[in-house]
Amino acid sequence: MGDWPLLSLVTFLPLVGAAFIFFIRGEAEIAARNARSVALWTSLVTFLLSLMVLGNFDPGLDGFQLVEQADWMPILGISYHMGVDGISLWFVLLSTLLTVLCVISSWYSVKVRVKEYMIAFLVMDTLMVGVFCALDVVLFYVFFEGILIPMYLIIGIWGGPRRIYASFKFFLYTLLGSVLFLVAILYMYLQAGTTDIPTLMTFEFAEGAQRWLWLALFASFAVKVPMWPFHTWLPDAHVEAPTAGSVLLAGVLLKLGGYGFLRFSLPMLPDASVYFTPLIYVLSTVAIVYTSLVALMQTDMKKLIAYSSVAHMGIVTIGIFTPNALGVQGSVIQMLSHGIVSAALFMIVGVIYDRMHTREIARYGGLVQRMPVYAAVFMLFMLASVGLPGTSGFIGEMLVIVGVFQTNTWVALFAATSLILGACYMLWLYRRVIFGGLSRDDLKSIGDMRPNEMIAFAPLVVLVVLMGVYPSIFLDPMIPAVDTILARLADAGSPAAQAALGR
Amino acid sequence: MNPGDNLNFEPALIEVFLFIAGLVLLLVGSLGEKEGGRAVTPLAVLALIVASLLLLGVDSGPVETFGGHFVFDAFAAFLKVLILWGAAASIVLAQGYFDDFRLHHFEYPILAIFASLGMCMMVSANSLLALYMGLELLSLPLYVMAAYHRDTLRSSEAGLKYFILGALASGLLLYGCSLVYGFTGTLSFAELSLHFTNAPEGVPLSTGALVGVIFVIAGLAFKLSAVPFHMWTPDVYEGAPTPVTAFFAAAPKVAALGLIVRVLMQPFGEWVEAWQQVIVFIAICSMLLGAFAAIGQTNFKRLMAYSSIGNVGYALVGLASGTERGVYGVLVYIAIYLVMTLGTFACILMMRRQGRPVEAISDLAGLSKTQPMMALALAIFMFSLAGIPPLAGFFGKLYLFMAAVDAGLIIVAVIGVLASVVSAYYYLRIVKLIYFDETTDPLEPSARPELGAIAAIAALMIAFFIVVPGPLLDAADSAAAAVMH
Repeated sequence: MGDWPLLSLVTFLPLVGAAFIFFIRGEAEIAARNARSVALWTSLVTFLLSLMVLGNFDPGLDGFQLVEQADWMPILGISYHMGVDGISLWFVLLSTLLTVLCVISSWYSVKVRVKEYMIAFLVMDTLMVGVFCALDVVLFYVFFEGILIPMYLIIGIWGGPRRIYASFKFFLYTLLGSVLFLVAILYMYLQAGTTDIPTLMTFEFAEGAQRWLWLALFASFAVKVPMWPFHTWLPDAHVEAPTAGSVLLAGVLLKLGGYGFLRFSLPMLPDASVYFTPLIYVLSTVAIVYTSLVALMQTDMKKLIAYSSVAHMGIVTIGIFTPNALGVQGSVIQMLSHGIVSAALFMIVGVIYDRMHTREIARYGGLVQRMPVYAAVFMLFMLASVGLPGTSGFIGEMLVIVGVFQTNTWVALFAATSLILGACYMLWLYRRVIFGGLSRDDLKSIGDMRPNEMIAFAPLVVLVVLMGVYPSIFLDPMIPAVDTILARLADAGSPAAQAALGR
Repeated sequence: MNPGDNLNFEPALIEVFLFIAGLVLLLVGSLGEKEGGRAVTPLAVLALIVASLLLLGVDSGPVETFGGHFVFDAFAAFLKVLILWGAAASIVLAQGYFDDFRLHHFEYPILAIFASLGMCMMVSANSLLALYMGLELLSLPLYVMAAYHRDTLRSSEAGLKYFILGALASGLLLYGCSLVYGFTGTLSFAELSLHFTNAPEGVPLSTGALVGVIFVIAGLAFKLSAVPFHMWTPDVYEGAPTPVTAFFAAAPKVAALGLIVRVLMQPFGEWVEAWQQVIVFIAICSMLLGAFAAIGQTNFKRLMAYSSIGNVGYALVGLASGTERGVYGVLVYIAIYLVMTLGTFACILMMRRQGRPVEAISDLAGLSKTQPMMALALAIFMFSLAGIPPLAGFFGKLYLFMAAVDAGLIIVAVIGVLASVVSAYYYLRIVKLIYFDETTDPLEPSARPELGAIAAIAALMIAFFIVVPGPLLDAADSAAAAVMH
C-alpha cells in the first residue's frame, strides 16, 4: 500500500467521478439520479482514501510525508510535488468529509442541473485537496485560484436572487488579491531559484524584500480569511450561495487564508511576519468586535453566520501571529472547529430554508415544538460556535487566548470579547428561531429532519464533541509541523520589532 | 562571397512551395469554372498542412540564404508552424459563412495562401528589406480580405480604413528603415548587430538611428494593433466578415509578434536601453486600454478586438524584458493565444438565429441550456483568456510576468496582473450570460460540423495543456534560444 501515490489518488479521484457524470446521458430524471449516486460514491471513496492518508501518516516524524514528486515543467524547475504535514493533513480530511456531506445534503434540495451541480462539487473536491497537498508554489497557486471557477458557477447558477452580483464580487475580489500573490511567487522563485515549498521555507529573503512580499501575500490571504476590512464579499457570497456552496465556502475556502499565512508568510518571511504582527492584531481585534456587533443586528440567518465567521477567523489570525506553540496550535484547531461548526450551521439554515424558502429570522419561532431533533442539533452547534467547554470551539479559542495572553494582554482581552459577543448573537438567534410560540400557520406543518439530513449531521456531531473532549488526537500530529514554523520565527525579528512586541 | 552559396533554396522550401501552390490554385480556380472554384478551398488547406510538414525536413541550422536577407532557424520554424496551422484553421472556419452569404469566390483561400507566404517571409526576415517585403506581402491580401464582403457598407469601410492606415504605417516603417540605413550604413540584421556591439564605449549612439528604430517600432505596433496605433482594430474587426476577422486575429498576430521580437532582439538587441522604455509604454497602454475599453462592448467581435489589444500588451511585456526568458514567454503566449482565439471565433461563427449569423454578446444568453457543449467550450476560452488556472491562458501569462519580474520590471508586472483582473470582468460577463441567464429566444445549433470540431480541439488543448505542457514548452525553449544565439 505504501507505494501507491495516495495523495494523487485522493486529489484526482473526484475528477474521474466528474468525468463519469459528464458522460451520463439519458432522461433528465434518471440522469440526475445517476449523477447523485456517482457523486456520492466518488466522494465517499475519496473520503475513505483520505482516511488512509491519516492511517499512513506518522505523527512522530518531522517534515512532509507521503511525498510524491514528478517533472512537470522541467525548464523552469517547476515540479509536481505533493505531500502533507500535520497541519495540512487535517484540512485534506476536512475537505473530503465536507464534500460528502454537501452531496448528501443537496440530495433532494437541488433539482435543476443536477449533473453540472455534482460535477462542480467534485471538481471543488479535487482543487481543495490539491491546494492543501501541493508542495510547489506554482502548483499551489493553480489549485488556489482554480477554486474560483467552480465556486463562481455554484454561486451564479444555483444561488439566490442576487447571485450574479455576489458571484462577480466573490470572483473579482479574490482574484484581485491572488494576482498580487502571483507576482510575489514569481519574485520569490527568481530570488531563490526554486518553486519548491520545503526549500523556500528555509530560504532567507532580504529583509527589505520580505516586507513587500509579505504585503503581496497578505493581499491574497487577508481577502480569503477574510480579515476586516476585506470581508465585504463574504456576507454577499454566503447569503446568495446555495447551502452546500456556503458549507464549502465557510468550511474550507476561508481556511485557505489561514493556511496560507502558516505555510507561506510565517516560515518564508519570518522577519516581515514579526514586523507586521501589530497590523494583524489591530485588524483582527477590530474584526472580532465590529463584526460581532454587526452580526447582532442581522435579520438574515445566513448573514448572521457569515459575520460570525469573520469574527471567528479573527481569532485564527491572532493565534497564527502570536507566535507561540499554544497560539498556532489553537488557531489550527479553531480553523478545523470553525470548518465543522460553520459548515453545520449553514446546513442547519439550509434545512429550514428548504422547507420555508426564507432565511428571515423573524419568519420563524417555536420550531422546537415541531422539530425536536433539529432543535437539539442546532443547540449543539450553536454552543460549539459560542465556545462552550466540551465542544471543539472551546479548545480553539481557549488555546489562542492563552497563547496571545503571553504576548499581549490587551489583544487577549479583545479576543475574549468574541466569546461574550458570540454568546449574545448566537443565543439570541437560537431563542428567536427555536423557542417562543409557534405562531405562524405555515410553520405548524413543518417536518423534522429527514434521514439524509440526519446522516449528514451525524459525523459533524461526533467530531465536534470528540475535538472538544479529546483534542490530543488532533493536536499531537501537528506538533512537529508547528515547531518547524516556530523555529523559523524564533531566530527572526530585528531587535526593534522584538521590543515592539514586548518580548 | 561566392554568389552560388547565397542562392540556396532549401531554407526557403516552404515559401517556394507556398508560392507555387498559390499560383497553381489560381489557375485551378480560374480555369475550373464552378467545380474548380469549390476545389480550391480544400486544396489550399492541404497546401498549408503539407507546408507545415515540409518544415520538419528543413535543417533549422540556423541557415542564411539569399545574400543573408533570409534566415531559417528554430525560431522561424516554431512560428511558421503556428502561422500555417492558424491560417489553415481560419480557411476551414470561413466555409460556412461564405455559404450563407453566397460569397463563393475562389480567391479567398488564395489570398490566404499569399498572406501566409508573407507571414513566413516576415518571421524569416534577416534584413530590413526582407522585413518590409514580407510585411507588404501580408498586408496587401489582408486589405482585400477585409473588404471581401464588398456589397456591404461595413466591410468596404473596414477594408478602406485598414488600407489607408496600413499604408501610413508602412510609410512610417519604411522611413524608419531608411533612417537606420542612413545612420548605420547597412540593412542586414547581422551587420546592424555588429554595429551596436562594436560601438565605442561612452560615445552615445546616433540620434538618427534611434529615431529610425522608433519609427520601425511604430510601424510594427500598427500591425500588432498595440496602443497608440490600435484605432483601426475595433472597426476593422467588427466590419470585416467574421471569418476574415478570425484570420486577422490569429496568424498575422503571430507573424507580427515574431517579427518585432526578432527585430528588437537581434539587430537592436545590444541596444535594449533605447527601445525598452518604448515597449514598456506600449505594453502598459495596451493592457490598460484592452482591459477598460472592452467593458462597455456589446458586439462580440468588437470585444475580441479590444481583447486582442490587451493580449498584445501582455505579450509585449515579455519582449520589454529583453531577455531570453522574455522571448520564451512571448512564444508560449502567442501559441496559446492563437488556439484560444481560433476556438473563440469558431464559437462566434456558430452563433446563428433564423439561419443568419448574429454577433451580439447578449445573444449568448442561456446557451448552456440549449447547446451545453458549445457553452462549455466558450466558457473554457473565456476563463483561459482571463488567465485563470488551470487553463492554458494562465501559464502563458505566468511566463511573461516571470520574465518581467526577472528583468526588474515589477511595476509593469503588477500593472499587468491588475489589468488582467479588470479584463476578467468582461470575460466573466460572457460566462454569466451563458450559464446564469435564461432566454426565450435561444440560438440555433450550427449545421457546420467543422466549426464544432475546431472549437472542440481548441478547448481540449486549452484544458489539457496543464497535463502535457512539455512539447510546447520545449519547442518554445529552443526557438527562444535560436533568436538569442
